[in-house]
Amino acid sequence: MHIPDGFVSGPVNAAGYLVSAGVAGLALARANKSLEDHQVPLLGVTAAFVFAAQMVNFPVAAGTSGHFLGALLAAVLLGPLNACLVMAVVLTIQCLLFADGGLTALGVNVFNMGIVGGGLAYMVFAAIRRVLPKTTWCFLFSAGVAAWISVVAGSAACAIELAVSGTVPMRIALPAMAGVHALIGIGEVIVTIGTLSAVLASRPDLVQAWSGVTGIAVASEAKA
Amino acid sequence: MKRPTRCVSSKPPRLWFILAALAVSIVLAGLLSPFASRSPDGLERVAADKGFIEKGEGGAVWKWTLIPDYELPGIKNGSISTASAGIIGTLAVFGGAYGIARILKRKRTRRLEQ
Repeated sequence: MHIPDGFVSGPVNAAGYLVSAGVAGLALARANKSLEDHQVPLLGVTAAFVFAAQMVNFPVAAGTSGHFLGALLAAVLLGPLNACLVMAVVLTIQCLLFADGGLTALGVNVFNMGIVGGGLAYMVFAAIRRVLPKTTWCFLFSAGVAAWISVVAGSAACAIELAVSGTVPMRIALPAMAGVHALIGIGEVIVTIGTLSAVLASRPDLVQAWSGVTGIAVASEAKA
Repeated sequence: MKRPTRCVSSKPPRLWFILAALAVSIVLAGLLSPFASRSPDGLERVAADKGFIEKGEGGAVWKWTLIPDYELPGIKNGSISTASAGIIGTLAVFGGAYGIARILKRKRTRRLEQ
């Protein structure tokens, strides 16, 4: 759902830049204050994984493909603000190096995929997590539901921007975008759960949303 | 300082975890990407079906793209071209995110030492 130049109007692009720059600034300030040693390489490798996985488009319906988004995965691994940073880095390099997503639309793309797909979906994840038992299965279930929502909500935000820009009417854009991305979201659920279970099996302490609950990070901090 | 414990860093992750995750990423970008579906993605499909795809055909505003559409110029073999683009991109993204995190972290360390 990388929006190219020309799809979205100037004011919408400007608003996208404004909001995304604000959140990116907040994320940088927060990371500057509380980023931990072990998160430095993890931030790099999460961004690399998101970029690489986004390259592998999978077919979803006749003549349509979709790809992994990764924002919710990044949010569960690193926290929602760090996830916004990760997505901003990925989207900026995709735009500048590969012409994937327009430069004028970089702001709205970071908004749709980083802030909505990462930040907002993470809130859904946290809310589901709160009401479910604190088991690995429930953790993965919450992440799966939120991963699906991240893709559909991101595409809905994209549809709204297209409609506000006068590109295509809302009643056409919204069902079409949400419909296709409801299917793409299934792929998102599979990759997110698969990756999370692999990381939880090898280094659960690196999963911020998990170690915060179980206290693994606290324990390792106490040891250090 | 409000929460001094936050500044005590937990143990760095085993190097192999980062290397393994990076290796998985490079395999995805370098070995699987040539087999990726070439069909238009969700937004492109909707744009084509609903008749606004031509709005994006005015060309990109940024003209200095080195690897347009994930095909490394100068390599005739499409698969190798895509694979090299993927590996370059993966390393560039890793470097970018790692670099930013490193700079933020170092600034704080310096502040704490003062």
